[in-house]
Amino acid sequence: MTVSRDNSKMVYEGIKAAGIRYLSAMPETWLVYLLQLAEDDPEMTLVEVAKEEEAIGIAAGAYFAGTPNALLMQNHGFLASINGIVSLALLYRIPLLMLIAHRGHIGEPYPWHTQGGILTEPVLRGLGLPFDYVRDPHKAAKQIREAQTFALSSLSPVALLLTRELMED
Amino acid sequence: MKRADCIKALYPELHDRLVVTIMGACAQELYDLGHCDNFFYLEHAMGLASSIGLGLAMNLPYEKVVVLDGDGSVLMNLGGLATLARYRPPNLTHIIFDNGSLLSTGGFASHTTAGITDLAAIARGAGCPKVSLVTELYQFLEAAADAFEGGEMATIVAKVEAVGPDHYGMDLKLPENAFIFERYIKQRKQARQQVAGNK
Repeated sequence: MTVSRDNSKMVYEGIKAAGIRYLSAMPETWLVYLLQLAEDDPEMTLVEVAKEEEAIGIAAGAYFAGTPNALLMQNHGFLASINGIVSLALLYRIPLLMLIAHRGHIGEPYPWHTQGGILTEPVLRGLGLPFDYVRDPHKAAKQIREAQTFALSSLSPVALLLTRELMED
Repeated sequence: MKRADCIKALYPELHDRLVVTIMGACAQELYDLGHCDNFFYLEHAMGLASSIGLGLAMNLPYEKVVVLDGDGSVLMNLGGLATLARYRPPNLTHIIFDNGSLLSTGGFASHTTAGITDLAAIARGAGCPKVSLVTELYQFLEAAADAFEGGEMATIVAKVEAVGPDHYGMDLKLPENAFIFERYIKQRKQARQQVAGNK
């Protein structure tokens, strides 16, 4: 498997088109090109965290500051962030735009990703978080913009799951 | 040294800074001095107060941000110290009140009790550029004054007694706190832009 450079670029362009200039992220394989694009982009500030839950706090600070921002993480990082999502974002009604690499689902050859992959959607549902799958790179920009719109209108975290179809060639 | 005395001594300096506190006693002691729209109390999500401070400070370089943290919360997000050190916004002051106790959740001893775990050493090791460890109120005030002069992100570990208020409660709903805090920042930004526009 190889990570799709072209599709990563289209997702990144969607992030930029949504006016996002601040990303908090934990590096992971599927996000490698996205993060490289962010690093190389003088218009973008990229904050790399030590663990994903930090990014919930950082994103909340950026939101309070009025900066359009997004989070990039693997689904296992999302699972590791749940207390921050529940007891900061949901409790205080803080919108988050979370772009989550959906590792460990159909097609996944690596056993270590599978449990997190299987549980991602049920956990999102359990938390009552709106989410959508991003499969088609041509629709990514629109989905990012609409997820951002909904996060801001609902004052809720919203997740976009970046699928294998999108992220791998 | 008592945390309440530190916060009281600091209070006059907080009126034009963005202040993020942790839960429980620390939040209550600040609130009891008089709530201001520029105070945000993180009443849960332990560990993330300093992360919120980082997001604020990086995105509002002209504002001064103060995080009132605690040993229990910092121990839940030690990696956050490394992230703070990496991005080190100069307009951020991170005050860690170390009472060696999970005071607000039953008073159990934290890892810092009896000097077992040294948070100042951890902060230095994480790469935080300016770390001070204080045990007396006058030292705390000196360190805070030095931190507030800016120029560099400052971390102050203040050893305090494990005592808190005899009551808890605020006439402030949690989302209300967030809404007012966000609006305060927005209005400061608008006023600033207006001044810049008039020049």
